[in-house]
Amino acid sequence: MEPAAFIAALLALGGAVAAVSLRNLIHCALCLVLTFFSVAGLFLGLGAEFVSFAQVMVYVGAIAILIVFASLMTRDPGADPARVPEPRAIQPWPLGLGIAGAVTGVLLACVGSSRLLPDVTAPAVAPSVRELGQELMTRYVVALEVVGLLLTAAMIGAVVLAVREPRPLDREVGR
Amino acid sequence: MAQTLDQLLDLVQQRLVALWPAPWQPWVAAFLGAAAIVATFGGLFALTTWLERKGLARIQNRLGPNRVGPYGLLQPIADGLKMLTKEDIVPRAADQWIHFLAPILKVVPVLLAYSVIPFGRHLVALDLEAGLLFFFAVGSATEIAVFMAGWGSRNKYSLLGAMRAIAQLISYEVPLVLSAVSVVLVAGTLSLPAIVDSQAGHGWAGLANWHVFTPWGLAGFVLFMIAATAKTNRSPFDLPEGESEIIAGHMVEYSGFKYALFYLGEYLSLFAISGVGITLFLGGWRAPVAWLDWVPSYLWFGAKLLGCIAVFIWLRGTMPRLRADQLMNFAWKFMLPMSLVTLVAAAMWHATATWTFPGAGLWRWVLGAALLLLPYRALSRSLTQRGRLGPRRYRFAD
Amino acid sequence: MFGAGLLKGLAETARNFVGSYHDPARLPTVEYPERRLELPENARVFPFLVYDGADPERGLRCVACKICEKECPPQCIYIVLERDERGKPQKHPRVFDLDISVCMSCQICVEVCPFDAIRMDTAFEWSTPDRFGGLLLHKTDLAKPNRYYHQIHPTEAAETDARLAAEQAKAEAKAKAQAKPKAAPPQPAATPAAATP
Repeated sequence: MEPAAFIAALLALGGAVAAVSLRNLIHCALCLVLTFFSVAGLFLGLGAEFVSFAQVMVYVGAIAILIVFASLMTRDPGADPARVPEPRAIQPWPLGLGIAGAVTGVLLACVGSSRLLPDVTAPAVAPSVRELGQELMTRYVVALEVVGLLLTAAMIGAVVLAVREPRPLDREVGR
Repeated sequence: MAQTLDQLLDLVQQRLVALWPAPWQPWVAAFLGAAAIVATFGGLFALTTWLERKGLARIQNRLGPNRVGPYGLLQPIADGLKMLTKEDIVPRAADQWIHFLAPILKVVPVLLAYSVIPFGRHLVALDLEAGLLFFFAVGSATEIAVFMAGWGSRNKYSLLGAMRAIAQLISYEVPLVLSAVSVVLVAGTLSLPAIVDSQAGHGWAGLANWHVFTPWGLAGFVLFMIAATAKTNRSPFDLPEGESEIIAGHMVEYSGFKYALFYLGEYLSLFAISGVGITLFLGGWRAPVAWLDWVPSYLWFGAKLLGCIAVFIWLRGTMPRLRADQLMNFAWKFMLPMSLVTLVAAAMWHATATWTFPGAGLWRWVLGAALLLLPYRALSRSLTQRGRLGPRRYRFAD
Repeated sequence: MFGAGLLKGLAETARNFVGSYHDPARLPTVEYPERRLELPENARVFPFLVYDGADPERGLRCVACKICEKECPPQCIYIVLERDERGKPQKHPRVFDLDISVCMSCQICVEVCPFDAIRMDTAFEWSTPDRFGGLLLHKTDLAKPNRYYHQIHPTEAAETDARLAAEQAKAEAKAKAQAKPKAAPPQPAATPAAATP
């Protein structure tokens, strides 16, 4: 393993652990950003430039901001944001452990069922951006369109949820 | 001779690298490239603060700084000394680490973004295949820095400014990227040096084949520059700073050198985004006409960059700051539809590139212009008639 | 057309930018320490004391009547009367201090002075590192010749001089007229100025 990849993996793991264990929500979100960056670094180390940059652009530029906004907007308006939450009567950790176990199981099954690369020392030529694009537009076009449709539907749903019924005063002021 | 002059920087770098033992050479080369970028654009930052103050002064019928050095040219040094010697104040309630890391995170991604911009022929630090995507990716990292500054300062103005800044950055990232995508569509590549190569050659009347000289390219360039103004927090889109209402937004709790870093980051991102705009639409380092090809390529790039900076200063001296609702309306109701229309026009241009019948060039132009102007007319009419972008009436003030 | 206003605005600022290099109307700045604007004749900043002749001490018109000291709204004038060794009051101030950090440039002292001894100065560069001592002007700082007064306020100074000369002529004529009917007075008139109101 290359030292750079090792450091990136370590950072990704450390960020992930910190993201679930820190008490301050904003610190958690920022640690998650660190994890996203490190994963992008891992992709870069594997020669997948496009995926790496897309990872930074989508996850750091959009998802992380979304998480931060969500944690700022959804809290109790009177509460101190840095306050440590009270311990709850029902501990949620068994549920989390169950989900984590299921995800790990699926991942392990996938890894276990995949065949090993025949020769690790001579890496295959990374697909160029052009090839990626052509594959997306020909072989995986249906999947791409379905994902696009899903996201559009989600966005319309979000807009519908967010639109507020105008109150009488608003209607009067806003022509 | 012209050839040597054009490759002068490359030759100097090769000479300097050859002085070192072989295993060190890649590191030395990388260091030299990084040092050259930091020094050049750091110097340009100093020059631009002076240019901006002088230009704005002249626009406002003043003289501008003229006391430090000839024509006030040493003013940036005086400003820098002032910034460096100021006290570094951290609010007691601030989130110390986030407050400390934010200015660093603001500057570092911008410096990274310079690595993919071709400043001249063979003069690019990293020729990445997905260079444009890299540029936008590292650019989106500054949003985190802005948020960290706003949150870490523990100040309501900071947080308000950061919220505004992030809303603005995300909203204007969409038209910025879409107008860049129209170039990608025509050039067929994401690599910035390759995009410059796609604008090689000269067309009608010896004029270069720059994308800005096509209908969709002109529209795309204007949209790109407007979105770039918003992305770099410059007037008239400087709401995140809004010194009249939220003092300086996310920078309100920063002083001394940390504040200078934010300032530096803003100007550096301005240069970087201008550089990408030049690369995408203005032919990068290429000369506008064939008989000027002997001028070294980096000088052309520098001239275009200075031109862009002048336009930004001019805009800043002219436009008043927008209101938050105008900002958002403009982004989503004007910029986004127009950039989509530009994309369609670019697709039309690309599809009709094979036309060979006589008068084909003219027809492409007419078609492209109509494709852009008709939606523009319709959009502007609907926006102004329905009062979306017009003056707002205040019920209680009338 | 949408966006035409922006272009109009850009054209206006461009006119300003270019005009500032050749059109004096678009660059009205006068670079102050090197070049300065002519002050208007009636400019006034802080008061000064006028003296006649060459000696600032003996030529001082002020008689230490303290009217200005009493009338000054912010009370920035401090006067001590000169007395000779026997304690007899002299018509002369021993101390005349004026605190310009307090003075509000109202010119009331000038209005009330019956001897035209105090007038408004036009000097305005009073910056000093010592805000107490440096802004407290003494008699020696305040005394300025009538010549200087003519320089800064020519019309007003000419009018004052003409009036003073007329008054003096009238007083002399009156003294002469008084002296004529009294044939062979016991002693000559002490001073003509004593008779002036």
